Amino acid sequence: MNARVRKRPERLLAQPAIIMLLLWMIVPLAMTLYFSTQYYNLLYPGKSAFVGLENFAYFFNYPSFWTSILNTIVLVGSVLVVTVVGGIGISVLVDETFPGQGIVRMLLISPFFIMPTVSALVWKNLLMNPVSGFLAWVWKLFGATPVNWFADWPLLSVITVVSWEWLPFAILIFVTALQSLDREQLEAARMDGARGWAIFRYLTLPHLARPIAVVVMVEAIFLLNVFAEIFVTTNGGPGDATTNVPFLVYTQALLEFDVGAASAGGLVAVVLANIMAIFLIRLIGKSLTER
Amino acid sequence: MANKKPNRAPARTLRIIASWIVALVIFFPILWMVLTSFKSELDAFSMPPHFLFSPTLENYKEILARANYLHYAWNSIVTAGGATILGMLVAVPAAYAFAYHPTRRTKDVLLWMLSTKMLPGVGVLVPIYLISRDLNMLDSKTALVIIFALINLPIMVWMIYTYFRDIPYDILEAARMDGAGTWQTMFRVLIPVSRGGLASTALLCLILSWNEAFWSLNLTTASAAPLTALVASFSSPEGLFWAKLSAVSTLACAPILVLGWLSQRQLVRGLTFGAVK
Repeated sequence: MNARVRKRPERLLAQPAIIMLLLWMIVPLAMTLYFSTQYYNLLYPGKSAFVGLENFAYFFNYPSFWTSILNTIVLVGSVLVVTVVGGIGISVLVDETFPGQGIVRMLLISPFFIMPTVSALVWKNLLMNPVSGFLAWVWKLFGATPVNWFADWPLLSVITVVSWEWLPFAILIFVTALQSLDREQLEAARMDGARGWAIFRYLTLPHLARPIAVVVMVEAIFLLNVFAEIFVTTNGGPGDATTNVPFLVYTQALLEFDVGAASAGGLVAVVLANIMAIFLIRLIGKSLTER
Repeated sequence: MANKKPNRAPARTLRIIASWIVALVIFFPILWMVLTSFKSELDAFSMPPHFLFSPTLENYKEILARANYLHYAWNSIVTAGGATILGMLVAVPAAYAFAYHPTRRTKDVLLWMLSTKMLPGVGVLVPIYLISRDLNMLDSKTALVIIFALINLPIMVWMIYTYFRDIPYDILEAARMDGAGTWQTMFRVLIPVSRGGLASTALLCLILSWNEAFWSLNLTTASAAPLTALVASFSSPEGLFWAKLSAVSTLACAPILVLGWLSQRQLVRGLTFGAVK
């Protein structure tokens, strides 16, 4: 690396990217910080005033706020568990070559490329509709009463849709990682009499440690921001059953026009994300830059 | 790599069948969407569902006849395409500087860039909304292009950096010996050599921008709204036009799905910043 360190004006080529990202980060954050201390409602312009920490107090005493934090944690946590465990299982399943493997993999990763608004609508209307959805028909086939998914199990339904979107990402990464697993080592282990579970536990799983970390990090970034799926399916409801932090801030800002409160909520979201970010970058950052 | 031991054959068959079943279950919602798009509205809503039906292109005709579909599609193309071009123009030089002229702080800068990706959209939604309003850029494609480019920039810099790092410096040095300047080296040597990596980076930016919904739903109403917003407008309970909804969805997703299929291998490397090979 050191051999490459050369003092040349080429370094300036990084400046546009750095300056753009710096502006993108600092300007809005500073404004958010400022607004969060103001009474500022777009419906009553000119009535803005400094209110100190009142917006935060309002948010912290707002029952939906704690629900939204809890919903965010449950959503991110469940989807991570489902996609990592499911992803590993399915990747191991399709790892060995077989006829049609290419097609199977194409089918498996497809949901990742579908836009969130589409997957939300397809699940809500074509699959989970209690009257004419496909799942209702399957339920009736087995003599069960169809479930009114988004009304009776709202958060579970959202988790299902989001997991379906992100499972392919995990599969994509794990399948690729498994290809670099040393086949000779695998054969040697088999010769020594190691069977399925032992091979998985002592060979496959350790090999997947880094890919798992990458999947958790990338997914966490996106899952903390889940918005379209909720916007399209439940609109945060019923009540606040599926309201996560992004959705709550959206309702405060663009539906109730309360800029002060929305900014306070936005800052809480930033803090929440940063706690995760620090944790994740510590965990993974090192292995990404060093080799 | 195929297992040729005969005694494992039944297990292998079972495994293949299981793989196919899992793949079909996961793909089913997409398949069902495409099938529904060829049904009449009556067939689409019928219970039990019709697996055999006489396919019709009625829905597609109607969707395309409404000129507004093309309006949304055009917005998607312009915003996603514009963001990709703008992003590449900024990301390639940055990645070049980071890969070949690093300083002691380069690693920190790279990690910092990644951390801006973790800045949740809601944290900056209010200011961006107000800035766009004051600049008269609400519902404008330009605003979306800039925002999409910025939210994808960290990943693009990382991806390209990963690809550049694998290209030996000697190649660039040789070009330099032959008297090529920075720009010549970049355009004549570096970019041709890393064409594949650059293409998949651009592709990923295109896919992410095409599917992006948070900013496009919150900053556009009609004139700049891309396909994500058009599809979301079908979420109102009044319009139960499932066959048409399916047709719009299929049209909105098909190009990106095909691109995704074609580029899956390269995407993995980029998405994991080279940490998984």
